Amino acid sequence: MTLLSFFIWSLIKVVVVSVVLLVGVAYTVLLERKLVGRIQNRWGPSRVGPFGLLQPLVDGAKSFLKEDLIPTAVYRPLYLMAPIIALGCAMISIGVIPFGEPVGPKGFDIFEVANVNIGLLVILGITSIGVYGIALAGWSSNNKYSLLGSLRSSAQLISYELALGLSLVGVVLRAGSLNLRTIVEQQATRGIVSWNIFGGCQFVAFFIYLMAAYAETNRSPFDLPEAESELTGGYHTEYSSMKFAMFFMAEYANMINVGCVATLLFLGGWTSPLGNLIPPPQNIFVHALMPVFWFVAKVFCFLFLYVWVRGTLPRFRYDQLMNFGWRVLMPLAILNIIGTSLLLAYR
Amino acid sequence: MHLILFIIFAGFCLAGAINLLLQTHPINSALSLIVVMTSLAVLYLLLGAEFLAAAQIIVYSGAIMVLFTFVVMLLNAGREERTLGSRAALSVGFPSVVAILAVLSTIIIRAQGLGVARLGEGLTNDPEKSNMFQVSRVLFHELLLPFEVTSILILIAILGAVAIASPGHGYTGDDGERISHK
Amino acid sequence: MSSFAQEVPLSWYLLLSSVLFSLGVVGFLIKRNLITVFMSIELMLNAVNLSFVTFAHEWHAVKGQIFVFFVMMVAAAEAAVGLAIIIAVFRARATLSVDRINLMKL
Repeated sequence: MTLLSFFIWSLIKVVVVSVVLLVGVAYTVLLERKLVGRIQNRWGPSRVGPFGLLQPLVDGAKSFLKEDLIPTAVYRPLYLMAPIIALGCAMISIGVIPFGEPVGPKGFDIFEVANVNIGLLVILGITSIGVYGIALAGWSSNNKYSLLGSLRSSAQLISYELALGLSLVGVVLRAGSLNLRTIVEQQATRGIVSWNIFGGCQFVAFFIYLMAAYAETNRSPFDLPEAESELTGGYHTEYSSMKFAMFFMAEYANMINVGCVATLLFLGGWTSPLGNLIPPPQNIFVHALMPVFWFVAKVFCFLFLYVWVRGTLPRFRYDQLMNFGWRVLMPLAILNIIGTSLLLAYR
Repeated sequence: MHLILFIIFAGFCLAGAINLLLQTHPINSALSLIVVMTSLAVLYLLLGAEFLAAAQIIVYSGAIMVLFTFVVMLLNAGREERTLGSRAALSVGFPSVVAILAVLSTIIIRAQGLGVARLGEGLTNDPEKSNMFQVSRVLFHELLLPFEVTSILILIAILGAVAIASPGHGYTGDDGERISHK
Repeated sequence: MSSFAQEVPLSWYLLLSSVLFSLGVVGFLIKRNLITVFMSIELMLNAVNLSFVTFAHEWHAVKGQIFVFFVMMVAAAEAAVGLAIIIAVFRARATLSVDRINLMKL
């Protein structure tokens, strides 16, 4: 493959994946509003288009057209940079996530932007850089609520990153690789029974990952950095119009990323839950698109769980959050690593 | 391609390091240091050390520098006032920096037989040959004991940090009285 | 694409490393804020790491990379303790300027 065709192919893939991700973000917002509405016994958005399906477009147009306020006391360079860092980091990590089986012309993979040998580490690294978006937003706003929100979020993200990373060690031990494709292929043998969450006895790790992921994406019940009732919005108090929308989009893009990673690591990625019970389809297009369907369905279930938890649980107190992270999740994660390695050594 | 990438990221490194010196506000210095560290991660990748590239981003940019920015925010450190510094730094420090740099660069330029780095060298998806495999092989076979010892070092460091930074030890800023609860 | 553009002599990496190290030393000497002085030390550590990785590439020795890994570990421990000390100093003196922190005892 020549350099030029490599660039063109990669550019096409990047553009397509970014557009799909942004549309996904818009409709995740709609999904959340609809579901939370139903949980609270109301309709949610229902006016624009059939079932309110065009609501995301209208919301986007609204945030574009709103007046863009920059308060006078902010530290401008960082104030302008923070939403870009947040959204950028949220969107980069989708680049190493495989959506389907490797198919494409000339050994070229159309369902993954880049097949990286250390894909999992790349995702962890990019997530850890995403902290700066929130931290700098709060600091540069020159507002006490924002600063409190960003201090809370930096402490929270550093603490829960440890539990998050440790919870993935069990999966990596089982697969013996950090390549996301290898991790999925290792779970592909017998359908739902061989997924890491069931067959690999990683349900404790899945629970830890779930909790740490809620904290990492600043979602309820761990949404302390933007707790409306105490901090009037937290780190994005001083942001308006498109800059606020960028933080908003970053949050939802992070949710989708976390869902993708959970799907790949614990829920068998693009493999069918039925395993080999149904014969593989003969049509080449169906054969290529079936895994993508399963992948999207699993990510959708994960997002559904996210919204469900948000509609159900109240917010934690700050000391409860820290205690839970350090005294419950961390020891549990270490126990899980020890248990998994004993199991693997015994076999 | 390798040359272009090297020039871009080496340029980022140098620009970040110089900016670190020129900025007066600690948070700007911290951000330029993050730029340096992240571009160093790319250089590691160019040299075929993919595990270190990831570790550099996770450990340095993602953990250590977050701690730095956290402390800058927590202490609300303002702009520093520039003074001339100590006389020792002027008379001994700067000449020796120049001397070190001169000696090092002369040696490096004179050195014969240094190899070249090619793009994608050592980066492979073959699990048996990958850098990750080699690193973990040496780390968990030959160097297992040092690895375990570092975990104890980190544990001690955490305990030390908690002991030093927790309030109620040492002097308070206001009245200089020793607080002795606990 | 010519073959020259495909490869970079390792001495360039070493030169970059030594320049970064010198910039770190200069920062250590001219910075007056305790936190930025500490950052200069981290810059020096990073410069040395780069030369380790370069030599590991030159001699195809993975142990050079593992040395860098250990340096990172020690740097993380050092950052935790160092920043704790900085917080303690700030509590005691209410300043971060190294010129004002010139007494052993308050």
